Amino acid sequence: MISSPKILDITSIRNDFPILNEIVNGKQLLYFDNAATTQKPRLVLDALSGYYEHYNANIHRGIHHLAEKATAAFEESRRSMQRFVNSPLAEQIIFTYGTTDSINLVAQTYGRKFLKEGDEIIISTMEHHSNIVPWQMLCEEKGCILKVIPINEEGELLMEEYGKLLSERTKFVSVVHVSNALGTINPIKEIIEKAHAVGAKVLIDGAQASSHLTIDVQDLDCDFYSLSLHKIYGPTGMGVLYGKKELLDAMPPYRGGGEMIKEVTFEKTTYNELPYKFEAGTPNIADVVASKFALDYVESLGKENIASHENELLQHATNALKEIDGLRIIGNAKEKVSVVSFVIDGVHHQDIGVLLDQQGIAVRTGHHCTQPLMQRFGITGTTRASFAVYNTIEEVDRFVTGLRKVVKMLA
Amino acid sequence: MTINEAQDELIEDFELFDEWESKYEYIIDLGKQLPDLSEQYKTEDNIIKGCQSLVWLYAYMDGDLLKFEADSNAIIVKGLVNMLVKVLSGHTPEEIATADIYFMDRIGLHQHLAQTRSNGLASMLKQMRAYGVAFQARSLSN
Repeated sequence: MISSPKILDITSIRNDFPILNEIVNGKQLLYFDNAATTQKPRLVLDALSGYYEHYNANIHRGIHHLAEKATAAFEESRRSMQRFVNSPLAEQIIFTYGTTDSINLVAQTYGRKFLKEGDEIIISTMEHHSNIVPWQMLCEEKGCILKVIPINEEGELLMEEYGKLLSERTKFVSVVHVSNALGTINPIKEIIEKAHAVGAKVLIDGAQASSHLTIDVQDLDCDFYSLSLHKIYGPTGMGVLYGKKELLDAMPPYRGGGEMIKEVTFEKTTYNELPYKFEAGTPNIADVVASKFALDYVESLGKENIASHENELLQHATNALKEIDGLRIIGNAKEKVSVVSFVIDGVHHQDIGVLLDQQGIAVRTGHHCTQPLMQRFGITGTTRASFAVYNTIEEVDRFVTGLRKVVKMLA
Repeated sequence: MTINEAQDELIEDFELFDEWESKYEYIIDLGKQLPDLSEQYKTEDNIIKGCQSLVWLYAYMDGDLLKFEADSNAIIVKGLVNMLVKVLSGHTPEEIATADIYFMDRIGLHQHLAQTRSNGLASMLKQMRAYGVAFQARSLSN
């Protein structure tokens, strides 16, 4: 269904985010570090304190009122997450501490059980360290071989090269849906299809994609999808791993402890069913419960409406930044989310960050945990501005004016 | 000039600035004034890696005094490095090892020392003191 996006009332949306009223170095906070983490709307904050004020209890095993209420809210969040990614079953939604944790879970369970010496794992040049290191650790342990899909100057995957890397030796492909450093949206459906054609399984790192794009794991046919709630206006320390049921069933448990067991004797322990098999110990109940409210919030605004607003900010920022002498945008993919990364001739990104901060402007500078990607572009880091639904055109203008001032000071 | 006199002088200089712009323009100038460290001293041993920028620190004895030459690839950090060199270079190892560095705090630049991971400045100060301790021990054992 294609319908034209609705124009959002950004002034009213801004009122939902109390932190936007903060004063930083004497100026009103201008927050353009949304790719690192988004701010939280009032209803998420209320859900967090509401949980602790009214129904804090350990879940699943208690028989008293509070435990039942907390368990219900916890499992309701799982169903909400199920709808958010269109998972066939709620039990295919595993709660983790974040995307990094989700990827490690797959590498340490699926990877350790099913991959062996000489098997090949494919990642891409634009991966975050959290989608590189867990696979390197696995390769080191099992003797697997890591292969890397190259990119072009615009920051797009070279799909032909990807095709050449695929063979019957390829057993796993783990790629990012949206690059945190470049904003590139990767053609993951095609990546998944091609990997499946050679019998490989696919994990998608959806940390950056999930707040901007509609995620449909059934349509994508991915084997695993991972995301972090703190990047979708939700709490920190809360992530999700979606997996195909037959794979999750075949995977051994990751951590041992309470909650993940069926029966324990000193001779033998039998494990609980999905999803509990992977959720040892008391989970992050408050953040799981509050996550539902973040998803509700996103749903109430409409992802396509959010994306349309963010794209407008991206276009406006890109055009204005291009006017600055010596500025080069890193990442000019045709398909992008609202992330603009750039370098300026003769200016160190850290100096830009420090002087923008003096003006109350929060951006990210550095390598964005993508050192191999920075090496590919022959740079050590960039300055990155990333936009969320509560940002405005006026803020983009204030940022560009602030940046011009910085460039003048550093010249 | 003692270490504390040098710190007080910097504090006085910065009292002239009301605006962040003039304060940072001064730091940037200090960065530009500090001569680039000669390439022969930009070795792996002398590098202090921050997550975002790099600092090089070269230490040597000149008679009884411990002297520093330093550099950074980011200009604001280089200005701050220059200030630390101005304050600490050319004193005895003992004075350097035991110095109380308070000027950054007083000038309102403490966040730069706190950003351990991003700029390496806190590690640089620690390294300067460590040189003080090391050269002190060496002179005692001679």
